Parts: sequence; structure tokens; C-alpha cells
Amino acid sequence: MNQSNNNNLNEPQKRKYVLSRRLDRAFLELYNIYAFVARFFKEVFLPPYEFKEIIKQCYEVGVRSLPLVSVTAFIIGIVFTNQSRPSLADFGATALLPALISVAIIRAIGPLVTAIITSGRVGSSIGAEIGSMRVTEQIDAMEVSATNPFKFLVVSRVLATTFMIPALTMYTTLLALLGGYLNVHQNEQTTLITFFSQVFEAITFLDIVASSVKSVLFGFTIGMVGCYKGYNSSKGTEGVGKAANTSVVTAMFLIFVEELLVMQVINAVRGI
Amino acid sequence: MKKINPNINRDKKAIEIRGLQKAFDDFEVLKGVDLDLYQGENLVVLGRSGTGKSVLIKIISGLLKADSGIVNVLGKDVCCLTSKEMDALRLKIGFSFQNSALYDSMTVKENLEFPLVRHAKHMTQKERDDLIDVILDAVGLAQTIDQMPSELSGGQRKRIGIARTLILRPEIMLYDEPTAGLDPITCIDINNLINEVQRRFNTSSIIITHDLTCARAVGDRLVMLLDGQFQRDGTFEEVFNSEDKRVKAFYNYNFTD
Repeated sequence: MNQSNNNNLNEPQKRKYVLSRRLDRAFLELYNIYAFVARFFKEVFLPPYEFKEIIKQCYEVGVRSLPLVSVTAFIIGIVFTNQSRPSLADFGATALLPALISVAIIRAIGPLVTAIITSGRVGSSIGAEIGSMRVTEQIDAMEVSATNPFKFLVVSRVLATTFMIPALTMYTTLLALLGGYLNVHQNEQTTLITFFSQVFEAITFLDIVASSVKSVLFGFTIGMVGCYKGYNSSKGTEGVGKAANTSVVTAMFLIFVEELLVMQVINAVRGI
Repeated sequence: MKKINPNINRDKKAIEIRGLQKAFDDFEVLKGVDLDLYQGENLVVLGRSGTGKSVLIKIISGLLKADSGIVNVLGKDVCCLTSKEMDALRLKIGFSFQNSALYDSMTVKENLEFPLVRHAKHMTQKERDDLIDVILDAVGLAQTIDQMPSELSGGQRKRIGIARTLILRPEIMLYDEPTAGLDPITCIDINNLINEVQRRFNTSSIIITHDLTCARAVGDRLVMLLDGQFQRDGTFEEVFNSEDKRVKAFYNYNFTD
């Protein structure tokens, strides 16, 4: 239906038309996302493998995120412990601080904070980089030189985020716990060994598994969203900015949805 | 004015296009285009912006799909090739993009090495390095080997873009607006380079442009795309010795402005 036909419609028909166009676009976008993810799973197992690019991206995602993640995790550990103390002190239960910190950090804060920080740093950079390559025809240049740009750009980046974010999560968790320990030690004079023995007493194997599964999921989501938005960007520099922006916003939204879903599944496994 | 290349083989077509049609939504860009590119020939495709010149070479290189028609490149119909066959064909086609499309996170050397690492696996690192030196010498930019694309001028970027496509020794070269946005002296350099590539590497080329100085300097034959079809075909004089107002306007705009 073209513009001139659209002008002949009455108000309810126009609304129906607009709604149907939006639904069309939404379903098309859903299909495109499905096709993009399916292509990733197809390409990831097929040779040739871009090992050099994967290692380069692992360095970009993992090593380059270390300073930011380290400082944030350490501060969160201290602040969380400090803020939790008064509530426990009211019940004379400050001895439970290590247990509380470990459960909160290992189950939720560690994976979430790592994912949010890296989605801001890495997700936006992936979206902007691939988006800029799209609008400056670098992706086309790869294609005409018989190189698979999807494999080189998308597969390598998604694998890098999927591998590196769980590793960063472990590191973040440890640093946040150390931050927490410093605060506990300062106020309750608890030793490091006592603190960590209480930490490990409070958590279960299922907590570690859940945390690992979540961080793998978060890493995959950050890489996939950044690549999808960048790979499908258009409209010149405006499109690049939009790709970077929507990569972060969409990834963060999906991270919280996944957090909720994984939590429900784990609670069901626990029988809560 | 360029002398017509005596090595053109009129019995052998590098590209043969028949009835090519392409539309974007309701806008019909190519309306049944017929085209022959002979082996060793430099063919210039002229036309105003938005007439589908770039679309034509993107279809030839498989970046876009034709709606209908036959696009035969080196004896293979690009519309019916599997992705593996298309990749094999693409190794014989060099595409020089309008904005060079250099990989901006890689140095000049890495840009040139990129296709070699993937498609010339039999070569040792030393052989690759030697070939990169030869190709950079051919485009006169050996000194830029360790520079990043952002450190190069527009003309240098164009040359490196051409060098990157030449590294796999393509049989066909597709140039998209090779002189767009360059100063007149650099344009002459690029025109000379296109002719040098034809002579030295014996390539068949399609040069997309609306720069008549470039067309006159590099074209063995010219075709003019008007209203989605080729309206004129011949040497520079034959094409512009026309009463067609649109052709005259194109000529006058280029040489009186």
C-alpha cells in the first residue's frame, strides 16, 4: 500500500494500517535476530577458524576491562558490606556478614556488575566498530575479497565475550569479596581465613553453577547484541551512534531478563 | 586522450550481462541492462548520481542480487552460484571502493596481508612480504607500509585500496568512482595507475565515474547509463557526438563548470 492509498483511508483504517506495518516490522526484526543467531551457531563450528582474531578480541574484552572492573568490584564489595552492617547489627547478627556478602556477591552482584560494566564498555565498542565498518563499506570489502565477514567479525567477538565474561566474573567476585573482607576486618577484626571459610560455608555448588551459567549467558548476549546492532546498522554516522547506543541498552535489558529467568530456574531446582 | 589498448581480445568476454533488472522497493534502478566487457578492455560506465552505476558493479561482484537477467562473469552466472563458487569467483575480481574501504584498525601492510593470509596459504611469510613490497611499489607507496589508513591522504588511500585488490592478481577490476573527491593532480595519478594496472596485470576493468576527464583518460570504450539503460556505447567521441540533450548536458556540465 503506497502513500497515496494511505491518504484515502479513514481514521480506524489508518490506525489498523499503521499497527499492521509495525507488527510486520516487529516480526521481520524477530526473524532477522533468529537468522543472525542461527548463522552464528552454524558458522562457529565450520572452518576456517579465525584464532588470531579471537585471541585479539579476548584481549580487548578481558584484559582491557580489568582496570575498570577491578576498581568497581572492590568498591562495591566495601560499600555493600558497609551498607548491610547496620541492618544486621540491629539483630546483633554482624557475624553473619561474610555469609550475606558471599551469597549476594556470588549469586547476583558479581555476574550482574561484570555484565553491566562490560556491556557499557565492550558492547558499545563492538556496536560502534562493526557499525562503522558497515557504513564505510569495509564489510563489503571483506566480502568481495572472498573472506567471510560474519566469521571474522561476529563469531570472533561473540566467542570472546562468551569466554571472557565468565573469567571476568570470577575475578570480579573475588575482588568484591576482598573489598567486603577489608570492611569486615576493619570493624569486626575477622581474619582472612575465617572470613573465607564463612564465605564458602554459606554457598553451595549450585550457586557456583548458576553464577557460571549466567555469566556465560550474559557474555553471549553482550557480544551477540553488539554484533547484531553493528552488522545491521545503516544511515551513516547517525546509524553508528545508534548502533552503539542500542547495543548497550538492549544488552542491559536482556541481561536483567536473563537474571530473572535463571534465578527462577535455580529456585525451582532448589525447591524454593 | 587514451590510446585504445591493442591487447583487447574481442572474441573473449570477461563479463556478459543481458536484461539485468534491479529495483529498490518501487524504484526501478536498472531496467534491462545489456553489457559486454571484453578481455583486456577498460570500460567506463558514465551516468549521473543515483542512476545505478554502483548497483551494477555490486551485482557483478555478488554484493547485491539481481531481480532478473543474466550476469555472466568469467563464464559463470553469478545469480546461480553457491557461496563457495561465488567466493572462488570473487578471488578473480578486484573491487576498488569509492571511499577505499581500508580496514581502519589495521596498518597498510596488514590490509594487504589480509586476503593473502586467507587465500594464499601456500605462501611463506617471506613470500608474502616480498609480494606486498612489489604491489606497494607498483602503486608508488612503499613508504606507507607501516602507516594506519587514518594517516594517509585521500589519494594514498585510493592507491592502497587498489593495491589491496591487486594482491590476489584479479582478472577483472571494478573501480567505483576512483577519482571522486580528489584534487586534479591526484586524479591524473589515479588515472595513470588504472592504465598501468591494465597494462601490467592485463586486467579487464569497469570504471564507474561521472568525471569525464577520468573517462577520457582511462576508457577504451564508454557506455552511458540513462533512465536505467545504456543509451550510448562507443569511444569518447562516439558517445558525446550525440544530439541527446541529456548527453550534451552531461558533457557541458563537466567541461564548462
